[in-house]
Amino acid sequence: MQLDIKPAAVAETGHAAIGEVTGLKEQGLWARLIAAQAFWVTIALTLLYAYMAYQEPAFRSAANLSNMTRNFAPFAIMALGMTVVIITGGIDLSIGSVVGLVVIVAGLFLTWHYPWYIAFPMGLMAGLVCGAINGYLIAYVGMSSFVVTLGMLSIARSLAVVFSGNQMLYQFGPDAPIVKAIGQAKWPLHAPAGWAPDWMPELSSHFWAMVLMALLLGYALNYKPIGRHLYSIGGNEQAARLTGVPVDLIKFLAYVFSAFCTSVAALLLLGYQGSAINAMGQSYELRVIAGTIIGGTVLAGGYGTAFGAVVGSALLEVIRNALLMAGVDSNWQGAFVGSFIILAVLLGMQSGGKPLIKAWIDQILPKRQR
Amino acid sequence: MPLLEVSSVAKNFGAIQAVAGMNFSVEPGEVVGLMGDNGAGKSTMVKLIAGNFPPSEGEIKVAGEVCHFQRPVEARAKGIEVVYQDLALADNLTAAENVFLGREIRKGTWPFDTLDKQAMIDRSADLFAELKSETRPRDLVKKMSGGQRQAVAIARTRLSNAKLVLMDEPTAAISVRQVAEVLELIRRMRAQGVAVMLISHRMPDVFAVSDRIIVMRRGSKVADKHTSKTSPEEITGLITGAIRAA
Repeated sequence: MQLDIKPAAVAETGHAAIGEVTGLKEQGLWARLIAAQAFWVTIALTLLYAYMAYQEPAFRSAANLSNMTRNFAPFAIMALGMTVVIITGGIDLSIGSVVGLVVIVAGLFLTWHYPWYIAFPMGLMAGLVCGAINGYLIAYVGMSSFVVTLGMLSIARSLAVVFSGNQMLYQFGPDAPIVKAIGQAKWPLHAPAGWAPDWMPELSSHFWAMVLMALLLGYALNYKPIGRHLYSIGGNEQAARLTGVPVDLIKFLAYVFSAFCTSVAALLLLGYQGSAINAMGQSYELRVIAGTIIGGTVLAGGYGTAFGAVVGSALLEVIRNALLMAGVDSNWQGAFVGSFIILAVLLGMQSGGKPLIKAWIDQILPKRQR
Repeated sequence: MPLLEVSSVAKNFGAIQAVAGMNFSVEPGEVVGLMGDNGAGKSTMVKLIAGNFPPSEGEIKVAGEVCHFQRPVEARAKGIEVVYQDLALADNLTAAENVFLGREIRKGTWPFDTLDKQAMIDRSADLFAELKSETRPRDLVKKMSGGQRQAVAIARTRLSNAKLVLMDEPTAAISVRQVAEVLELIRRMRAQGVAVMLISHRMPDVFAVSDRIIVMRRGSKVADKHTSKTSPEEITGLITGAIRAA
């Protein structure tokens, strides 16, 4: 028997600690930080912002800041939902169409002179039903998320067109001012209406809704068992199932949550525009997925943060805005945004257990020379 | 009273008879090796005990009580833990997170209950120390060696003071030094009164730790012998069918 070497005895005689042998250090805060793609994207965002603010005074104006934060907030809200879905290893392609359906349903109720507190929940309900159908077919029937949500993309858009009678809805009855107020509200306000000094941007209701939802999601992902379970499903679904994690229920809820985020974003957009057309939200899914991926969520599942979803979406908006300000032909936008998606994922890539950047630095500057 | 009693258990999947007429028992603190060729029904037997599916015929008793589990969680509630061949670990989580997956320690009252991360890290560290394994609770499983992963999977079974641990091919995919570590872990579990069923192809490993060896061939038991009263040659003969029964 090949058991002359007793590992226990070796352990007692005090062999080298594991860190000395493998060179693996226990992950500290700093190590975790530089391994996080969201961290690099935040740096990229800061640098880009600083550069543009230096170059272009109009870019750093409070009005432009207020504009940018409002522009990306709905996308960031949708990206929060997308992040949860992608963490489980799925994808939700239906969100753009769900935006269209939600605004049309809510818009119709407003057109029929229902109060906003009936119309908005009705829109929300329409969105949640889409999410529940997605979730049921994916989690309980076991269909592929790509197929189901691709189908829903088509169904929801078609329903939006049918329900709207292919008309633009804008006569919102007695509650029209309230709807607008919800979508266009700002805080804090400049003088004379408010107390905010001129340099401070007036932040939109979209932005504040995003902050609230991101904080709640971040809390749930970090501190609640359900967050832990989400990551485990993305990491190894079979293992999660065997250890008693309610995998089907959690996957179902992920799609419902995505639809919820989408509906909230849709209602805010409805309020902001004060009108509803069935084409609203077209191709939003791609922009949202782009923001999510840039923020460090891995398409294969298992990794992703609420902060990343927000930062990724913000970066896309800052690039877009910066290009406009710099006077670059708007047809170039797609090329820049596309490059950034690829670049961001490249930055987040791991090479031999190290972030790619660190691997490069180690290669260019070997340890002993530093 | 035996910890586990399997009497005339059979399992068929449609026309395929995977297991037929299985009878055996496992005493507390006993290490039983379950051997057999591919397709002999070992894995089906393990899954029957672990609660992945109920038997078609016969009954399985745990501590004298008839238990026909529908789901693995039910078996776990009765003190039966499984270390799966692929270890069922989530690579993207840390060792402590994997140990407590599905039964996280919480603090606070619903709906404000949160994960008690420190408690889970401390308890995992204790478990790894108890198993004399050089595994740190905060390390990602992705970056661990085969032996460390095995320790995480085994630590998980120690969480609830399991009475019976089923180990499916625990030494199949790891290095020689790590095999020795895993066998040492099994001995340590036995010393603490935990019964272990070791399902393995590797004859030396089974002989090194088992008190008793059960051999299956074509879905039935062909031998149930004390390790001291048999030899690798005899077991090989039984597995291949060169020896009919013993």
